Amino acid sequence: MNKLNTLRSGVDENGHFGIFGGRFVAETLMPLILEVEKAWEAARNDDDFWAEFNDLMTHYVGRPSPLYFAKRMTEHLGGAKVYFKRDELNHTGAHKINNTIGQILLARRMGKERIIAETGAGQHGVATATVCALFGMKCVVYMGATDVIRQKPNVFRMRLLGAEIIPVTAGTGTLKDAMNEALRDWVSNVDNTYYLIGTAAGPHPYPMMVRDFQCVIGNEIREQMQEREGRLPDSLVACIGGGSNAIGMFHPFLDDDSVKIIGVEAAGHGIESGEHCASLNGGRPGVLHGNRTYLLQDDDGQIKDGYSISAGLDYPGIGPEHAWLRDIGRVEYVSVTGDEAMEAFKLCTAKEGIIPALEPAHALAYVTKIAPGLPSDHLLVMNLCGRGDKDVFAIAERLGFEM
Amino acid sequence: MNPQPETRIARRFAALKAENRAGLVTFTTAGDPDLATSAEILHGIAKAGADLIEIGVPFSDPMADGPAIQASSLRAIKAGMTLRKVLAMVTEFRKTDDETPIVLMGYYNPIYIYGVDAFLVDAKKAGVDGLIVVDLPPEEEGELCLPALKAGINFIYLTAPTTDDARLPRVVEHASGFVYFVSITGITGTKSAEATDVACHVQRIQKYTELPVAVGFGIRTPAQAAGIARVADAAVVGSALVDRITANLDDDGKAKSGLVSDVLGLVSDLAKGVRDARTAKTEIAS
Repeated sequence: MNKLNTLRSGVDENGHFGIFGGRFVAETLMPLILEVEKAWEAARNDDDFWAEFNDLMTHYVGRPSPLYFAKRMTEHLGGAKVYFKRDELNHTGAHKINNTIGQILLARRMGKERIIAETGAGQHGVATATVCALFGMKCVVYMGATDVIRQKPNVFRMRLLGAEIIPVTAGTGTLKDAMNEALRDWVSNVDNTYYLIGTAAGPHPYPMMVRDFQCVIGNEIREQMQEREGRLPDSLVACIGGGSNAIGMFHPFLDDDSVKIIGVEAAGHGIESGEHCASLNGGRPGVLHGNRTYLLQDDDGQIKDGYSISAGLDYPGIGPEHAWLRDIGRVEYVSVTGDEAMEAFKLCTAKEGIIPALEPAHALAYVTKIAPGLPSDHLLVMNLCGRGDKDVFAIAERLGFEM
Repeated sequence: MNPQPETRIARRFAALKAENRAGLVTFTTAGDPDLATSAEILHGIAKAGADLIEIGVPFSDPMADGPAIQASSLRAIKAGMTLRKVLAMVTEFRKTDDETPIVLMGYYNPIYIYGVDAFLVDAKKAGVDGLIVVDLPPEEEGELCLPALKAGINFIYLTAPTTDDARLPRVVEHASGFVYFVSITGITGTKSAEATDVACHVQRIQKYTELPVAVGFGIRTPAQAAGIARVADAAVVGSALVDRITANLDDDGKAKSGLVSDVLGLVSDLAKGVRDARTAKTEIAS
């Protein structure tokens, strides 16, 4: 096979990244998906659209987020120079808002009035409820009943923002079931509703569109690192659930061969335990939620539940572009356990005075493994994609601390 | 015109046409509530009046289905049903019935994991006539539709009220067996469509294809089935049968003794509604 000129050319006309991606949806939804695709094609080629997006990124979200040299962490690890991309400082506390701002602008262009979304940890739900408040749109958020309990603070925030939360008990009551339920809602309310998917997965054009919005992360890193160090970083590390923060960080660097790129999945209790959500390391290709990608599943093709201490990584699939990048070997995908993530969480809090979300704590756990073995001039950037406020109750419980 | 696999489906619709009546298509999930009961339903359903039999292949994440069919799918998976066992069930059925068409309905992933080529060989051998795979629109026809046609199995496409005239020709391009019109924009077992609206859509579909048109989603009673039978070639009933199964489960989810006869009784009533629909001219479409 010839080497591609670029790994950034997006998808083919049917929305495939290699064999991954596609549009595996019911006919009732297909006309809507095509409508979203058409609207997105027009919007992404419209300077006015991006001007409004960029303006909101600057003045509402607070971008660019800092590229912070984590000096104490670097000293502690005694190897690579560790930088944090501080996307946890964004409005609403995570990278999710980059995508919801973009998609709400698209929904408004399409004349939709009602927004639906799925959420796991609640970060995407909060980011969606936020932009719906900002644009005066009705917001309905589907959330697994289990997650509603473990993410109470975010449930309350969404309610304050005016969203209706629908706890999903169907199936196993987790993120994948919330996504099923959102798709069912969309099938039933085709005329006025826009489905604002929270990660770079689902049917085409969502994986590509969400990536394009999240690329603000990687584009800023390029510029900021150039300013700080006068060159590109040597390695990038990000956590992966569906993979939107990671693809946004990675994509602008895919053609820079000198940049090593690492995605970190949640190994839960360990891949061998069967209780994890490492789709790339412990799953195989299949079709779910509108796309072909790596999935946790049994030998009959039934989808298995993921497990992670971090609700935001608790999804049995992964964005199709990551599946492709894994197969072609451009990105290395590794995994760390929940216990390792907890240690990294505590380390980050103690050494840097930053309480990270449990999701990027997974990325940090891997950084603590590799940084000591790297030379001191190695520039390593980790995406600190969310802050830990939402997790403090769950962590308190885990650490035996009564709130 | 594309080559149409010659299956029991075409023969059955030709026979129905000769009788000047519509057909009743039944849907139940294979393995619901357990493998033995589900096999018993299958063996009695044609005699009770089903003209075509849709067998649901259980999937953990049935995105286009409502609560009733989702629950039935999970019951079947819990009872140990797999795609391989569904095919074994069809093989068993064919020992006593070589006439009634069998259509497998479900989602793509179990077939993809089974392996498309192996599945088509095994399905044909078992006596499967057609496939309805909810999450394979024409945009993904290379996955299973075209290979199925080559293997001599009909691939039945769904059309929805959202499928407009610009898109319909594309949807029916490789359709075979029949066209399945989803009469509502929604999930199975929730709302019901008006027969008059359905008639318009059926006529619209008939402009683009000579295939029979079956109508499903939201048909629950013999009267509703009769209403559809006046305007379409077949009426599909699923959730109502699944609800009847659910109503006959004890607190542990096990089948009560009258389950099979109760379900088949409803099939008989529906069949009567469908069979009498075009002769009982005075009745107003419900």
